[in-house]
Amino acid sequence: MPHFVAEFANYLKLFANFLTTPWLFVTLAIVLFFASLKYYRVWTRPRPAGAIALACVLLFLVSVTDHNFRKIVTQPDNVPIMAMLYIVGFFYWLSLRQAAINDERIEAGKGPREQDETNDRVHVWPDLVYIEFIAAILATVVLTVWSILLKAPLEQPASLTRTPNPSKAPWYFLGLQEMLVYFDPWLAGVVLPTLIIVGLVAIPYIDRNPKGAGYYTLKERPFAIGGFLFGFLVLWVLLVFNGTILRGPNWNFFGPFEEWDVHKLVPLTNVNLSEVVFIQWLGTGLPKEWYIREMPGILLVIGYLVVLPPILARTLFKSMYPRMGFLRYHVMIMLLLIEFSMLIKMYLRWTVNLKYVIAIPEYFFNI
Amino acid sequence: MLRPDGFGESFVAEKPGAPSKPPKSKLTEAVELVTESQIWGSVMRHGYPADGRTRSLAILSNVFLHLHPAKMRKSGLRMRYTWCMGGLSFFLFLSLTVTGLLLMFYYRPTAEYAFSDIVYLREDIPLGIMRELHRWGAHAMVITVWLHMMRVFLTGSYKPPREFNWGVGVILLVLTLLLSFTGYLLPWDQLAIWAITVGTNMARATPLVGYEGPLAQMLKIGDIQLVHAGADARYFLTVGRLIGEQTLLRFYVLHCVGIPLAATVLMAIHFWRVRKDGGISGPM
Repeated sequence: MPHFVAEFANYLKLFANFLTTPWLFVTLAIVLFFASLKYYRVWTRPRPAGAIALACVLLFLVSVTDHNFRKIVTQPDNVPIMAMLYIVGFFYWLSLRQAAINDERIEAGKGPREQDETNDRVHVWPDLVYIEFIAAILATVVLTVWSILLKAPLEQPASLTRTPNPSKAPWYFLGLQEMLVYFDPWLAGVVLPTLIIVGLVAIPYIDRNPKGAGYYTLKERPFAIGGFLFGFLVLWVLLVFNGTILRGPNWNFFGPFEEWDVHKLVPLTNVNLSEVVFIQWLGTGLPKEWYIREMPGILLVIGYLVVLPPILARTLFKSMYPRMGFLRYHVMIMLLLIEFSMLIKMYLRWTVNLKYVIAIPEYFFNI
Repeated sequence: MLRPDGFGESFVAEKPGAPSKPPKSKLTEAVELVTESQIWGSVMRHGYPADGRTRSLAILSNVFLHLHPAKMRKSGLRMRYTWCMGGLSFFLFLSLTVTGLLLMFYYRPTAEYAFSDIVYLREDIPLGIMRELHRWGAHAMVITVWLHMMRVFLTGSYKPPREFNWGVGVILLVLTLLLSFTGYLLPWDQLAIWAITVGTNMARATPLVGYEGPLAQMLKIGDIQLVHAGADARYFLTVGRLIGEQTLLRFYVLHCVGIPLAATVLMAIHFWRVRKDGGISGPM
């Protein structure tokens, strides 16, 4: 490779590493996500979508030439994760493309495409059974080829005396492990997963919009789809990617083209809110009793979870509140606020190094 | 509508005095000999599924296929609508059951043998890809279940009357992750034991019942702590303060019997409710 090409490639890699700085990366992802929802009718058309797909594939092919990136993505367990990113991207396109087509048809008064065939009854044998049969054969072929080409990983025998660095949870829980950086285990490992499950089960009882049942649309239910996909794509899939590709030794962040240096030093100067208030602002030193010390944080959390919902009901969700009623609205807003609090805590950590809003180590109660 | 080769004609009653047919070929005769036998008739309860009635019977009289309705809306057939993800998840579950069963012949869930049994599976068994099929199938199932949820959400298929079935689906998603999680420990290598260590460490922070969780300290009688490192949520999961042989056994039983049983029951409910709630969703 000529010298200047290598030089140029190096600058590109440095730039890519810079782009994956946590706050910048997540901000970019959020902007990109909302832009993709706003302009869904433009970019999902075959040509732009094809160009994007091509760009994504090229990006991967170019990235794979890098030694550090290759080392991560060729870990056997990471192969399905990389595949998943592209598969999820494909289905994101497929759903928004159909939503775009349907929404245009609905505007023209024609009803969604699914409407044309919904009253058409066909025999399950053979129309469905042969699709299932072919799908099963294809799945078998893919799985067999995949299994022949790629060996399942097997490392050294289990030993509790040698801790690998980094120690990672199974890949599908990496989003939760990422949350461990910002929240204590009782929140990140117990309360948040429980709330995710409860929240998912509650969705049909919260979302009472009768439109959009049985066909793809975005225009008729932008809030529901935006909220769900934000959680799934940004807070779940993106964080799985983060945990797989960007988290290295000592759970430090590394760019995708950065060497995993075990000795990388990241100054950790995290402070609690109580320290900011009493030491930096008031200059009085920390009070002895925990309930005085943590009063600012407690007030803040109560303000966020108790005062904010009624305010939002009169402002941002003014039109939604009367439709939903008291109970539905409060369940929804509580779930949304907690979903949102993850982002708030992440940004607070990245910008002002905030550790805990409430820190009561006396009771293992830290938020 | 009969097939030109006459297959299935045997079930059409011959009327006496009907105009005589051209002579049958040897092949047709042979086929008829089989399809008109008592054995064939006892297994296949209907003729070749060529018309509406026999096609419905093909579904209704087969214990596996009668999971389906006899008829469905055409919009539900479209791959671009369903992405086939629910079906693929179920197929992967079945294939994981089969490959898992085969793996059980070779695997002993003890600290002494677990790792070496995996090495044996990997190195010494000719053409052995069962472990690969099982592991990659499990990863694939996690992905297909997620995508199935995404599809169901985006088509609004959780809306009435399908609210309950969405909830069952969420529990099935959780069980899928738990199945994969418990299976992760079984190879008994560094990857396994430390991933499970990271995962189960969460449990000790459970509020009230984890010894490092909030409020757990309050649970005491006099000076005696009720929740401590030797008796809390994590201890219950791992049967010890560290991941050990007892953990392996517990995860093995949960992985091979406990969770699959629960998932099977819930899947039965899930599929049954899909039908009872009106089949694959579509616009009203």
